[in-house]
Amino acid sequence: MTALLEMRAITKTFPGVKALDQVNLIVRQGEIHAICGENGAGKSTLMKVLSGVYPAGSYEGEIHYEGKIAQFRDIRDSEDRGIIIIHQELALVPLLSIAENLFIGNERAKGGVINWQDTFRQTEALLKKVGLKEPPATQVDKLGVGKQQLVEIAKALSKDVRLLILDEPTAALSESDSQALLDLLLELKAQGVTSIIISHKLNEVKRVADSVTVIRDGTTVSTLDARSESITEDRIVRDMVGRDMAHRYPDRPRRAGEMVMEVADWRVWHPDHAERQVIKGVKLNVRAGEVVGIAGLMGSGRTEFAMSLFGHSYGRRISGTVQIHGKPVDTSTVSRAIEAGLAYVTEDRKSLGLILDETIQRNTTLANLGAVSKAGVINEARETEVAESYRAAMRIRTPSVFQKVMNLSGGNQQKVVLSKWLFTEPEVLILDEPTRGIDVGAKYEIYSIINDLSAQGKAVLMISSEMPELLGMCDRIYVMNEGAFVGELPAAEATQERIMSLIVTE
Amino acid sequence: MNQPNARAAGGIGAYLLKHMREYGLLFALIAIMLFFQIVTEGTLLKPVNITNLFLQNSYIIIMALGMLMVIVAGHIDLSVGSVMGFVGALAAVLIVEWHLPIAVVIPVSLLVGALIGAAQGYFVAFWRIPSFIVTLAGMLVFRGLSLWLLEGQSVGPFPKSFQSLSNGFIPDLFGVGKPNVTALAAGIIAVAVLVWMGVKTRARNTRYGIEDEPTSFFVARNVIVSAALMFVIWKLAGFRGLPNVLISMAVLTALYAFVTERTTLGRRVYAIGGNEKAAKLSGIKTERLTFLTFVNMGALAALGGLVFAARLNTATPKAGFGVELDVIAAVFIGGASMSGGAGKIVGAVVGAFIMGVMNNGMSIMGIGIDYQQVIKGLVLLAAVFFDVYNKQKQG
Repeated sequence: MTALLEMRAITKTFPGVKALDQVNLIVRQGEIHAICGENGAGKSTLMKVLSGVYPAGSYEGEIHYEGKIAQFRDIRDSEDRGIIIIHQELALVPLLSIAENLFIGNERAKGGVINWQDTFRQTEALLKKVGLKEPPATQVDKLGVGKQQLVEIAKALSKDVRLLILDEPTAALSESDSQALLDLLLELKAQGVTSIIISHKLNEVKRVADSVTVIRDGTTVSTLDARSESITEDRIVRDMVGRDMAHRYPDRPRRAGEMVMEVADWRVWHPDHAERQVIKGVKLNVRAGEVVGIAGLMGSGRTEFAMSLFGHSYGRRISGTVQIHGKPVDTSTVSRAIEAGLAYVTEDRKSLGLILDETIQRNTTLANLGAVSKAGVINEARETEVAESYRAAMRIRTPSVFQKVMNLSGGNQQKVVLSKWLFTEPEVLILDEPTRGIDVGAKYEIYSIINDLSAQGKAVLMISSEMPELLGMCDRIYVMNEGAFVGELPAAEATQERIMSLIVTE
Repeated sequence: MNQPNARAAGGIGAYLLKHMREYGLLFALIAIMLFFQIVTEGTLLKPVNITNLFLQNSYIIIMALGMLMVIVAGHIDLSVGSVMGFVGALAAVLIVEWHLPIAVVIPVSLLVGALIGAAQGYFVAFWRIPSFIVTLAGMLVFRGLSLWLLEGQSVGPFPKSFQSLSNGFIPDLFGVGKPNVTALAAGIIAVAVLVWMGVKTRARNTRYGIEDEPTSFFVARNVIVSAALMFVIWKLAGFRGLPNVLISMAVLTALYAFVTERTTLGRRVYAIGGNEKAAKLSGIKTERLTFLTFVNMGALAALGGLVFAARLNTATPKAGFGVELDVIAAVFIGGASMSGGAGKIVGAVVGAFIMGVMNNGMSIMGIGIDYQQVIKGLVLLAAVFFDVYNKQKQG
């Protein structure tokens, strides 16, 4: 097979930082090529160089595409040559129809007048290609994320794509949607479309990719043959983090102490659809020093349960009891829930967990300002001490606690969120997808922090969509499906298969 | 605390770049004053004109304090001009037609302002109606109510005691008269307090290794600010001394700067503007606080209305017309973020002074109201553009 794309010795510098240093990438005609690397390794920068976001001349090195040197001036330029990027954040217009979205900027029109018949006919053909059974007139915001992803791909196909680049395509998708998407990629490959996928999920990489290029700290570490038996997930991880990760999950003595929290008969109704019950009588308990997981598919109600528990932040007509150390507590507002000893680390740290434009210090103390103030006046010296101590304890990588959190990487941001909640001195820590969007190295650190907390006797409730993570970290796992717990497994008995079968058989 | 910090990161240039906005604002004010001082051939900084500057702009500054908090919380209040006019009209009717004592009228007026703010805040905070809509409605309602209250007529004049709210001066306790020794003493105390606070903060920051202002800058800034302050006080002392309204303004500014920068209340308002959902999930009572910022704004608009009426010695149906725009412009010129979460009281006050000096200077020069509007509009746009440009360059 010949090379469709060859990027040679690409070097891209930003003021003060060398984002890419002599990166090489060879993508052969008709293959699926995965690019792996930790967050900040330079994957996105490389793709921006390729697609012309950083125009020719703003970087060093050469791009050979279809046998010629390519010098793209902008995205439009690269799209004209058949290179199309689908970003992590989907770029669809939510209030327009599928058909309108597919041909946005590329309308089927004559003299500025849109030919709707043409548009709809071509849309139907494209939707068939990507296997999406929706009428072309459907408004995009009525579709789930998985289907929106398919619309994006259909849009790429409408532009006569020759090199399709997908940035974390399955990050927001459920298991079954991810499978469907990966199948589609293989299908497109059979039709001769070459693709590059950027992904953290190595099992997916192993499943669909022909080769893998690993990037670390802005340089190419290796290009591996993903089809080969000897290239295991661990091997790829080793290249990504630059060290051996024999244990992806740190060890911890498992020692469950006294009962800390008991929730019984928890029921919640949907905030907008009054007749829809979202949580159907959940019963759960967590002991001191225990890490208890909640497994389930997307939409099974895990986050809804956690948020309704934490200050009734989700849903309506909430009923049920919460006991902490055997005493009933009121968690009906966030401040009461905090008072009762709960802390909730959200799955969506950017929009629900942090004030991005504020400093680490101010984010750290936000949920417990009373502890650094007297009569409503903040003692900033004390506040700085608190923030500094958490920075050291959590090993938040930053020049100072006066840095804005938006300048931090995902892992360090998550450590700030954890600091914020630990400063409220909770009895029970609810962690919702604590490692989402965090690179492998930082994940390990977060796991270690969780273990430290449980060693200190905190009760930890952990929600995660990554089953290996639950299996690796938890003492006990509740399995949730459609708003109810359908099973409870001790760590020793839990396997991915047993969890899945519990979900499926209910 | 032994970590490398911002000071190590860059020298004077980096520091200037980082704080371009704050210094830029101060320099802009000084430059504008110098410009008008020259083109008005010295009229701008004459004692009587400086006094006038304060009297003319006092109500804008008072309202800018409340507006800053509203804008920081992520909202806007378009009704302040109308509310100010309405409360001024109400006070006039109570004093002139009902003959109620001033001691009753002032608290009643402030209370009415707070209630108006509460009514608007109720819809914004608890029903989540965009503040733009709610206060646009308020703007129309209270404009209409002022007209109704005054029956389209001007009501006045006021007794001396009410006028002194705006036009009064602190008498010279030392009996010298000219220069007014009380004013000078107050000025010296104010400068001393400012410098002392600056030194204290700096010492604390240095202890935590977070001070990044070069010593030369710190000294220069304090010298310039102190000198400017003493210069103004000297001029005031040479005329009639300290205007009452200057004292209220200074006290309010200090109070609001303290509340926004040092208290949990202020911090939480910034948090709401920065990310309301995250603030709510951190246990902050976002609705109640948003509501309170509007109550506060209403009370300050009422105070602005009283000061304005007292100064004109009459309440007119046109009072407060378009003032909301001056107030909002002052806050944005002062560097507040359009999306909430950022902005400083001192910035808003300096922003108000920039607008005030331009109004005053251009009027002395005899520039028509037409050109004045154009120039003010362009200055606002330039200030906000400067912000956005800076942010993009840094990001």
